[in-house]
Amino acid sequence: MDFPDELKYTEDHEWILMEEEVATIGITDFAQEQLGDVVFVELPEVGDILEAGKSFGVVESVKAVSDVYAPVSGEVVEINEELPDEPEVLNNSPYEDGWMIKLKLSEAIALEGFMDATAYQEFVEKD
Amino acid sequence: MISTEGRGLVLDEKLLFEQSQPGRIGYSLSALDVPATAPQQSLMREEIAGFPELSEVDVIRHYTRLSTWNYGVDSGFYPLGSCTMKYNPKVNEAAAHLPGFAEIHPQTPEALNQGALELMYNLQRDLGEVSGFPAVTLQPAAGAQGEFTGMLMIRAWHEANGQKRRKVIIPDTAHGTNPASAALCGYEVITVASDGVLSKDDIAALMDDDVAALMVTNPNTLGLFEADIRAICDLVHERGGLVYADGANLNALMGISRPGDIGIDVMHFNLHKTFSTPHGGGGPGAGPVGVVEKLEPFLPKPVVIKEGDSYKFDYERPDSIGRVQSFYGHFGILVRAYSYILSMGGEGLKRATELAVLNANYIRARLEGEYDLPYKQRSLHEVVFSEKALANDCHTLDVAKRLIDYGYHPPTIYFPLVVPGALMVEPTETESKQVIDEFCDALLTIAEEAKNNPELLKQAPVRAKVRRLDEATAARKPKLRWEPDQS
Repeated sequence: MDFPDELKYTEDHEWILMEEEVATIGITDFAQEQLGDVVFVELPEVGDILEAGKSFGVVESVKAVSDVYAPVSGEVVEINEELPDEPEVLNNSPYEDGWMIKLKLSEAIALEGFMDATAYQEFVEKD
Repeated sequence: MISTEGRGLVLDEKLLFEQSQPGRIGYSLSALDVPATAPQQSLMREEIAGFPELSEVDVIRHYTRLSTWNYGVDSGFYPLGSCTMKYNPKVNEAAAHLPGFAEIHPQTPEALNQGALELMYNLQRDLGEVSGFPAVTLQPAAGAQGEFTGMLMIRAWHEANGQKRRKVIIPDTAHGTNPASAALCGYEVITVASDGVLSKDDIAALMDDDVAALMVTNPNTLGLFEADIRAICDLVHERGGLVYADGANLNALMGISRPGDIGIDVMHFNLHKTFSTPHGGGGPGAGPVGVVEKLEPFLPKPVVIKEGDSYKFDYERPDSIGRVQSFYGHFGILVRAYSYILSMGGEGLKRATELAVLNANYIRARLEGEYDLPYKQRSLHEVVFSEKALANDCHTLDVAKRLIDYGYHPPTIYFPLVVPGALMVEPTETESKQVIDEFCDALLTIAEEAKNNPELLKQAPVRAKVRRLDEATAARKPKLRWEPDQS
C-alpha cells in the first residue's frame, strides 16, 4: 500500500497536495482498497464553494456508498472530468490519475493539522 | 462437516427473444366482421424488429421456469440482517383474498365499506398499542416513505411553533434511508459516531437549538439496545428537539418494550418486517407511522375515525401535512398485518420477539470464536460478525457466495458500515433449531474451508445457476437491454 511522502492525509482517508494556494484532493490507496471496486463517482462543479468538513462528493463501490469530505475550505477551480466515466481510475491510480478536485483556498491554512505519510500509515495500521 | 452435495440449483432458460419462431402466435382471432378502416398514418408504428413470436404455452413455461429460480422465505432460510425475513403465514393471504377486501373499490362510499374502515381503525389502534403511540397513520407505502412522512411531521411541528431548525443528528450505524429522508425534508445531517451504542455525552455535545430531531434505530443495526435511550430522549427534548425512531428493528421489542413509553416522538413500522407481510415480489410494503399526542394534528389525511358505531375518513385536519399516498395506503398489506396481529394475539407477539432474540443469540454463541464478533455487548434480534477472523485472505463476500453453494440466501453483507466486512445475520423467530443448526454448520464448515482450501470460497458459487458475477463491470458498464447482435 502506498503512502507518498509529498502528501498530507486526513482521518477520513483523503489526501491533499498543496501547490501554492491550490490544494489537489483525492482518496487514499487505503480508502480505495477498503471500498473495493469503485463504480460511480460524483464530483462538485467548478465554481462551487466548499466548506471544510462538509461532503463535496460521493464515491460508490460494489460494497458501499461513501461521502467524501472537503479537508479545507475553498473554491473548486478544476475537477477530474474523467472520473465519472472511468471510476476504476480511483482504484488503479488513487494518487495520480485518480485525483478528484482542485481547490483554491479561501484562506491560508496550517497543514500541520493533517497527518504526514508516516503518521497516516500508523493511523491505518492501528485499525 | 456437511457437504454441498445435493444442494444448489441447475436450470437454464433462454430469453423469449431467443425462443421466437417466425409466424408462431398465441391466439387465432376471428375474422373481422366490421368494415376495415385505415388509421391515420401518423398513428401507425414501424414493425418492431425481433419482436418475439411465441405461443401461450411457450410463454407460460418460460415464466414458470423463471419463477423456480426465485429464492424466497417459502423456499428456505433467508437470514438477511435488518430485513426481518420472517415467514408470511398463509392465513394472511386467505384474509386478504376475502372478496369484501380484495374486490373493494377505493371510491366505494363509506357506508358500503364499513368493514374495511373498521379494519383500518383497529389496525391503527393495535399498532398504537404495540408501540405506545396514541395516533397512527397507515398511508406510507414503505419504511423509507414512513421516515419521510415522520420527518415532514417533525418539520411541520417546529414550523407551527415558529421555529426553523436546520439540523438532524443521525448515528453512523443508521440505515442509509435515514439521512436520505432527513435531507429530502431540507435538513442538514449531522453524523454522530457511536461505539456500538450512542453516548449521552456525544448527543449532549451536538445538541443545540438548531437541531430539529435525532433519528435513532433501537435496537440499532448492530443488534444492540440503545441502553441510554431515555436519557438521550430527555436531552433532545430539553433543547426543544424531537426523537424519530426507525422501527425497522421492532421485531426485537414487540410486546416487551414500547418506544412511545421511552421518549420517542415518532416511529415508523415496517409491516413487511415485523408484521409478516410480503417483502416486495409478493406485493408492496407498508410503513405506517405512530406519533405522540402533540404531533397528531400533523398526520397525513385522511385518518380513520369512529363516530358512534360507524367509521369514517376524517379530512377535517387543517394542520395535516397532506396526503403521502394515493387513496389510503396499501390496503391489502394492512389486511395481512391485521390478520397476523389477530392470529398471534398479544402473548403470541411477545413470544415471537423472545424467540427472534433467542435464535439470534444461539447463532452468535455457535459462531463466536470462528467468526469475529466486533461488539461484545449483549445483542438482540440480529448479530453482526466482521471478516477479521477469516483465514487466507478470504473476505465476507467469499463467505456469502460460498453459502449459496450450501443452499442459503446469504445474509446482509458490508452493512452496517462501521464493521469491516460486516456479515449481518437475522434469523427471525420463524426458524427451528434444526434449520439454524444446519446454517451454523454450513458457516463453520466455510470457516474451515477458508483455512484448508480457500479456493473453494474464492471460486464460489460453484453449484448455483451462474458462477460469481462481475459486479464491478455490471455496475460500471451495465447492459440494460438485450440486443440481437450481442447473442
